[in-house]
Amino acid sequence: MEIGLNHYLMLGGLIFTIGVFGIFLNRKNVIIILMSIELMLLAVNINFVTFSSFMGDMAGQVFAMFILTVAAAEAAIGLAILVVFFRSKGSIAVEDISGMKG
Amino acid sequence: MLNLQQEREIIMSEFSWAYITPALPEMFLAIAGMVLLIAGVFRGNEGTKMLCWATIGSFALAATFLLGLDWERTTSFGGMFILDRFAGFMKLFVLLGLMVTMAISVRYLYQEQMARFEYPILVLFAGLGMMLMISANNLLSMYMGLELQALSLYVLAAFRRDHIKSAEAGIKYFILGALASGMLLFGASLIYGYTGSVGFDTIAATLSGTEPGLGLIIGLVFVLTGLAFKISAVPFHMWTPDVYEGAPTSVTALFAIVPKVAAMALLIRLLFGPFGPIIGEWQQIIWFLSMASMALGAFAAIAQDNIKRLMAYSSIGNMGYVLIGVVSGTMEGISAVVVYLVLYMIMTAGVFSIILTMRRGGVAVEKIGDLAGFSRTNPLMAYAMAILMFSMSGIPPLAGFFGKMLIFKAAVASGFYILAVLGILTSVVAAFYYLRVVKVMFFDEPADAFDPQPAFSKQAVVFASVGFILLFILSPDSLVTTGMNAASALFAG
Repeated sequence: MEIGLNHYLMLGGLIFTIGVFGIFLNRKNVIIILMSIELMLLAVNINFVTFSSFMGDMAGQVFAMFILTVAAAEAAIGLAILVVFFRSKGSIAVEDISGMKG
Repeated sequence: MLNLQQEREIIMSEFSWAYITPALPEMFLAIAGMVLLIAGVFRGNEGTKMLCWATIGSFALAATFLLGLDWERTTSFGGMFILDRFAGFMKLFVLLGLMVTMAISVRYLYQEQMARFEYPILVLFAGLGMMLMISANNLLSMYMGLELQALSLYVLAAFRRDHIKSAEAGIKYFILGALASGMLLFGASLIYGYTGSVGFDTIAATLSGTEPGLGLIIGLVFVLTGLAFKISAVPFHMWTPDVYEGAPTSVTALFAIVPKVAAMALLIRLLFGPFGPIIGEWQQIIWFLSMASMALGAFAAIAQDNIKRLMAYSSIGNMGYVLIGVVSGTMEGISAVVVYLVLYMIMTAGVFSIILTMRRGGVAVEKIGDLAGFSRTNPLMAYAMAILMFSMSGIPPLAGFFGKMLIFKAAVASGFYILAVLGILTSVVAAFYYLRVVKVMFFDEPADAFDPQPAFSKQAVVFASVGFILLFILSPDSLVTTGMNAASALFAG
């Protein structure tokens, strides 16, 4: 069977969906949310590289490199904020991030 | 305007300053940010005050550079960066907002023991990100500007490291913001795939005259979802009240005044630039966002007793009104949006200057009830706050009324009667909670006076803001003409 554009897009869409569900269904740990965010960004990268390769246009691959870089910065900042939260709360469980409501 | 091939030749043959001048303010800010960062590292936290004022100076210089540029439509960096009258005007106001928020928060930083030198630098980089967002003419430059802004703001929200609420606000903002960026990117990848380009001009050219495919519509919806998060339109507003409440008040003032203007400018550029040809497809999405934001902003704010949360819901509602102008899809509508954003920014700056002075026994207080008897302890500020609240609820002859009137007029002119009627109804409901603040200040049993403090810059901002609101009626045309002028740039081609 020939592996075509649609297969790659389906893979990208699937991983993206897993990432989104990881954020909403996860009730335990914020680290898992960070992993899910990473998963979403990587799914987008698959999309970009696929389109880039099938269209013969470099812009998509350049975009993917930028996303990788930003994802690294984002993970660093996310973990830093998490450390700050852990220092004052002593926990990183999702249900403990509920001091403000309404 | 140059096409891509010609631009490449220019780069190849010889470097020309004219080629990068449109981005001069941004480049200046980027360099200033790095220089100030080095200065901060060497001076340590003692230099915070100096750095704050240096940041304000950098914004002022960037604004001067911006004013010196030619605001006719020019693109540079291979079409990734655009400067036109719309971008120029919005950037000028973003810079002004940044200067004001920085000026009113310097003392607060010291009062709350969070005067670390990173603060002004993060604000500076956030400002740079916002300017790049407004000038983006390409999905990639849009994403980079958005992320530079968002990453700086995540850190600012969690800036009071010893305060659990601030850390919680940081986490909530980070997770939902990252989710929004993910959505936006997924949409961008689909748009890239189905139009074959990431440049706004090429996308517009591809879309005009053809029926958009399903993949493109899905991409558009994802991008709009991401941007709706950034402007906190319902149903993507969940982060706003918590982040506004948890973040340090000076950061909340920044959140309320500036980033939404930049995000709204980006949304408008995107909808009327690349997606201008498929206006019928996005109008109904924005219609829904607008209606839901107005309704939630009005009703959810009624039950709040924290003034920062109240301002959060107020900003959600106000974004709903702004979106009415976007839905109407005409030049008149966009000019109304520009005027409304400017007025909203000026009023919010005044309100937050007063909120920042609310301290009792050396601690910042933020309950609405804490304002009780404000009219007796500090009548001048109480009357200023009352005028600001009247203006925000849209009572003539104050400036806020004209903003709302222009928006509703544009909606009616385009035939969106339901939105206009809903807008008027929700602003009546919203008037309740604005006027409740006035009632607490003037008629409730007085609480203790706030700490007296030298607050020159805050008073100056309050007086400038109130003066503008009161005197706006004398010549509303000047701002409306400027708005028209800015909006016309989007409808030229």
